[in-house]
Amino acid sequence: MTETAQERDPSREAADRAHDSGFLSDVQVYEPHRVGLPKLRPYFIELWRRREFAAELSRAEMRSANTRTFFGQVWLVLNPLLLAMVYFILVFILAGGARGPAFFAHLTAGLFAFYFISGSITAGAKSVVSSGSLIANLAFPRLLMPMAAVRTSFFRFLPPLAVYFVIHLATGQPWSWNMLLSVYFIGCMLLVAIGLAAVFATLQVYFRDTTSFLPYFLRIWLYLSPIIWYVSDVPNRLAPFVKFNPLYSVIGGFSDLLVRGEIPPLSIWIAAAAWGVAFVVVGALFFLSREREFAVRL
Amino acid sequence: MSSLSASSPASGTVRTGTRPAVKVENVSVTYRTTFERTPTFKQAIVRFGRGERAVREVEALKNVSFTVEEGTSLGIVGANGAGKSTLIRTIGGILPPTSGRIEVHGRISALLALGLGFNPQLSGRENVILGGLANGLTRKQVLERADEIAEFSELGDFMDLPIRTYSSGMRSKLAFAVSVHMDPDILMIDEALSAGDAKFRQKAAAKMKELMESARAMFLVSHALGSVKELCNRAIWLDKGRLMMEGEPEKVIAAYTKFLEVGEDAFTMEEF
Repeated sequence: MTETAQERDPSREAADRAHDSGFLSDVQVYEPHRVGLPKLRPYFIELWRRREFAAELSRAEMRSANTRTFFGQVWLVLNPLLLAMVYFILVFILAGGARGPAFFAHLTAGLFAFYFISGSITAGAKSVVSSGSLIANLAFPRLLMPMAAVRTSFFRFLPPLAVYFVIHLATGQPWSWNMLLSVYFIGCMLLVAIGLAAVFATLQVYFRDTTSFLPYFLRIWLYLSPIIWYVSDVPNRLAPFVKFNPLYSVIGGFSDLLVRGEIPPLSIWIAAAAWGVAFVVVGALFFLSREREFAVRL
Repeated sequence: MSSLSASSPASGTVRTGTRPAVKVENVSVTYRTTFERTPTFKQAIVRFGRGERAVREVEALKNVSFTVEEGTSLGIVGANGAGKSTLIRTIGGILPPTSGRIEVHGRISALLALGLGFNPQLSGRENVILGGLANGLTRKQVLERADEIAEFSELGDFMDLPIRTYSSGMRSKLAFAVSVHMDPDILMIDEALSAGDAKFRQKAAAKMKELMESARAMFLVSHALGSVKELCNRAIWLDKGRLMMEGEPEKVIAAYTKFLEVGEDAFTMEEF
């Protein structure tokens, strides 16, 4: 009995001290986890406190990528632009020449947005596996790694976005204040990107060939999204199905606003936000339920 | 030794009123790890077809309990694969225990096993900044420390070159400098003294003694038994995941070296 009294005393003191200092991580207790998820509140407080780490990781990555190739920045713009040309030629031929400059603007806007999401997924998938030593030696919220990858992809999306405005001007698309509302859909894209980056980062830890499957998965997803076609092109019997594609609302709403200055129907706004939230919640929880195993799996 | 005199002789015995820095209670760690060098989806299907199991269980720690009080500098000795690194990774919160409980009072420094924890493409400075931020320091704190670290690790111009251009000695100097400059409450050093030249080792030992004045506790994993004797006032010996002995460094090391020479058959648990 005396032993327990002795034990209790110091630990209470320490807890008091932790409370006084206001330093959350002063006393940590590590216990086995059965249910898989860490305590969410302290996790996200820690995540927020160390957000600067994700930002720095992404900045360092971008710096090293730019020093490697002389045309680093130029390539960021050139790559999606060349792809847009390839798809334009393809669709132009398939449509028997019935595609004009307006379609080219629609195509580039959608393609640039899609490449932001697919770039996040590809970089996110590699984010955890490629930083094995950091994970083996430091305890920190691992979700910061895929988030850093999404941040990098987001900053790589900005130069193409600027180029889009040149295309918008060159193809004579209408200018309106509504275009500003497309920021809402960029926000939804961010959520989708974070969620999927987290999912694929986790999968990559368990199956190292995930990144080999990714290009095919992403290519199919691109063809299923309203990027190389208009929503109005969809035949009636397929129309009910295309709506189940998250990018139908997320990228569809984005290009409605940015390219045509049209305000999409309310259902598109709601669907885009719902998909974004669903992806980020499911993706983050899946990642969190697995992240404590990463240290032994890498 | 003289700088440790305040805490060295008496801390081995349990004193009432001493605060625990780390409490390890019946901790076991069992890894489930894969056979394959690189686990792939393809292999998972092949294995499933053959009805094989993917994972192998490794019992890295078996029912280990001990308490480290404030002011203790704990040496951890044992053969390769005894569970030393697993133990400090578990205390550091990197690996969750499979059973048992660990209580840590204070902020723990980065565990840097011989220069790991670094991204080889980035410069030394960038790595220091990243490590510090991941460890929970603010940008301002990290930037202040980056210069101290550069000076302590004697890297000079190499600090701004990618880590891939470093020699292994330079990497471990940097790793050591990082972990001692993060103002940890609890310092953990894995094999750091085996790194660097003689001059740096001396400097590292001096720095660790200095840190013991301010840190709440220190863990030193080392095969260099001499430095454990010199720097630690308490030691534990692990063998195949079991805690074999806990006590004064002299005694633990004596038992451990005896065990190494005599072999396992002549040395059983009953002798304690």
